[in-house]
Amino acid sequence: MTTQTQTKPEADARTMTGAEIVIQALREQGVEVMFGYPGGAVLPIYDALYSAKDIRHVLVRHEQGAGHAAEGYARTTGKPGVCLVTSGPGATNMVTPIADAMLDSIPMVVITGQVPTHLIGTDAFQECDTTGITRACSKHNYLVTDVNELAHTIHEAFLIARSGRPGPVVIDIPKDVQFATGTYVGKEGIHKPTYRPRTSPHPDAIAATVDLMLQARRPVFYTGGGVINSGPEASRLLRELQELTGFPVTSTLMGLGAFPASHPDWLGMVGMHGSFEANNAMHDCDLMLCVGARFDDRVTGRVDAFSPTSKKVHIDIDPSSVNKIVRVDIPIISDCTEALAAIIKELKARKAKLQDMSGWKQEIDIWRARQCFAYTNSDEVIKPQHAVERLYELTKDRETYITTEVGQHQMWAAQFYHFEEPHHWMTSGGLGTMGYGLPAAVGVQAAHPNGLVIDIAGEASIQMVMQEFSTAVQHKLPVKVFILNNEWMGMVRQWQELLHGERYSHSYSESLPDFVKLAEALGGHGIRCDNPAELDDKIREMIDHPGPVLFDCCVEKAENCLPMIPSGSAHNEMILGEIMGNEIGEAGKKLV
Amino acid sequence: MSDGSAGSPPQGNPKSAYFLSHADEEIERRTLAVMVDNEPGVLARVVGLFSGRGYNIDSLTVAEVDASQHQSRITIVTEGTPHILEQIEAQLLRLVPVGEVIDITKSKRGIERELALVKVAGKGEARVEALRISQIFRANVIDTTNESFIFELTGASDKITQFVDLMRPLGLVEVSRTGVLSIKRGKEKG
Repeated sequence: MTTQTQTKPEADARTMTGAEIVIQALREQGVEVMFGYPGGAVLPIYDALYSAKDIRHVLVRHEQGAGHAAEGYARTTGKPGVCLVTSGPGATNMVTPIADAMLDSIPMVVITGQVPTHLIGTDAFQECDTTGITRACSKHNYLVTDVNELAHTIHEAFLIARSGRPGPVVIDIPKDVQFATGTYVGKEGIHKPTYRPRTSPHPDAIAATVDLMLQARRPVFYTGGGVINSGPEASRLLRELQELTGFPVTSTLMGLGAFPASHPDWLGMVGMHGSFEANNAMHDCDLMLCVGARFDDRVTGRVDAFSPTSKKVHIDIDPSSVNKIVRVDIPIISDCTEALAAIIKELKARKAKLQDMSGWKQEIDIWRARQCFAYTNSDEVIKPQHAVERLYELTKDRETYITTEVGQHQMWAAQFYHFEEPHHWMTSGGLGTMGYGLPAAVGVQAAHPNGLVIDIAGEASIQMVMQEFSTAVQHKLPVKVFILNNEWMGMVRQWQELLHGERYSHSYSESLPDFVKLAEALGGHGIRCDNPAELDDKIREMIDHPGPVLFDCCVEKAENCLPMIPSGSAHNEMILGEIMGNEIGEAGKKLV
Repeated sequence: MSDGSAGSPPQGNPKSAYFLSHADEEIERRTLAVMVDNEPGVLARVVGLFSGRGYNIDSLTVAEVDASQHQSRITIVTEGTPHILEQIEAQLLRLVPVGEVIDITKSKRGIERELALVKVAGKGEARVEALRISQIFRANVIDTTNESFIFELTGASDKITQFVDLMRPLGLVEVSRTGVLSIKRGKEKG
């Protein structure tokens, strides 16, 4: 071996251990930050990482934190998030973030250690069937048993994670493969013949779409996370197309920020807790232009009553999303950027006039005038909506990034925090993972050291991953956790009030931590506020504090998140304001 | 709440996306040829997709068909509404190692064959009758003892089923079937 390497100095640089191959491949893929937790089966890779000063490693407190941090990083940068965890429990703790990234189409590369190949299948210490466990919840996964396949596999994993419909890819590497010596190959020319995501729209579909646009009198853009995933250019083109047409725009939870919330044609979010005007516009439109959204059940409500009078165009990079839930008239299998560019080009070439939409805009204004997000404020107790509104007002002029946990606070954040740009809003949409927000904020802050990163949280969600506050302290990532503390699992409580006869089964946290002391115990700063008059000053204190902050915002306990489309109802059957009654039928109660 | 044109799952509301009802659509049977890279776990991916999304598998066969390209052909017989079948194809194509899905049934040019090994035990007239019927079906006798035959039979699935039914009163012991294999007529591939 020694003589061989001496006689072939060129090959020298390309021959290295599996662990070194991992680091070199990550370096070549442009990875600057990774999130992980060491353990027996990944120690060789950690050893190689020890001398790799160009890759920053953020040590988390629980592997789930590493996964969500990587997701947060990916959502805000558009680059794949990278995690490194050990075998067995390290891998199983990663399952939730992998499933989360799968449902929200987030590019992620997860490297897991595995027991040595000769021990696989023997129920060895910290062994689990990682590829078996993650097969159904990842875009793709690998078990690498030959060190000479390792570099190629890692490059292919990055290609698959970020191209087409992005998603998580898992690479399981046995410990003996990490120790073995093999040949490194670069990323050039890597391709997988069976993997051919289609990214360019069919010209006929574009022409037919423009035909419909020219006839439409009540059009609406229904945009989603695909616009964000497609990159900043897609958001720019969406704005350009909207300028050209004047069509009103709504978005899913995942798509917030692609279109500026300050725009007069912005309708607000669509769906179960979306705006009255957005849902009614979706219901009554004659042309629905779906751009990078997937007709999720939280958006459609009752499917047979979903937008009954519209022609539907669906732009999606994943053919399986088309006609899955709702039949569409024109499917456009394409990347959003390319499809939007093609529509703009075709529309300009036609030089035709659009239909008069003044009647439609007036109708929308009438819906808008209902002020569906109105709530009764109070001088005595902080209303959660008011807290988010004040947070927005006091942070909107900064470079602010918002993450959330899951529940009422998430919906209030979506309703009352307004986004002008993509990649500033990170939330767990598809899987609805409580505990997502704090580690995601850690990932976002790692990407934007000077940004203001706020996790809008609930006191229940935050306790699922609270330990990651310690990660933020260690790595000097000054994230702010703004807890809307109502002492209840608010969304569960709301559903129990509405659907289960006010029988609040196990949704009250009998014993909550003192979040101020907790923050201090973890080395951060704690703030409590229960007085509306002090809210602004305390939010400013949070913003001005140079390190991580836990803000315990004690809010109205029984507030419900409205408006709301009850399960089994149509878009035009929203519950508004404080008129909650037993309006949900027996059939609707069976749905969650 | 709804006029309940009930779907099969919970008698609840068929109007929600949870209980998409396609009761009014005809169930169709399809044979799909799924061309995949022969890599570890590929069969588990395909099978897991069917079980995870609640699709049916009536039969499944798999073998490598091109060793130099590491390509395997999985033949799946499935059934569902046209909407479900469309989803099955799209979901299969989402799997990274799946290169192509060929709908053999829809092409109308498909040939389907199955191979069966059928063990029949008996004496006297029943034994003679079994052998006589096997000749009608052009089955080969691949093993024999004084009291038994093993027949090897190929043909369309219903032909094999028919043969097995005829053997039942004549001392049928057990049956092993490959499941359906398929290919398209004509000179073109796929």
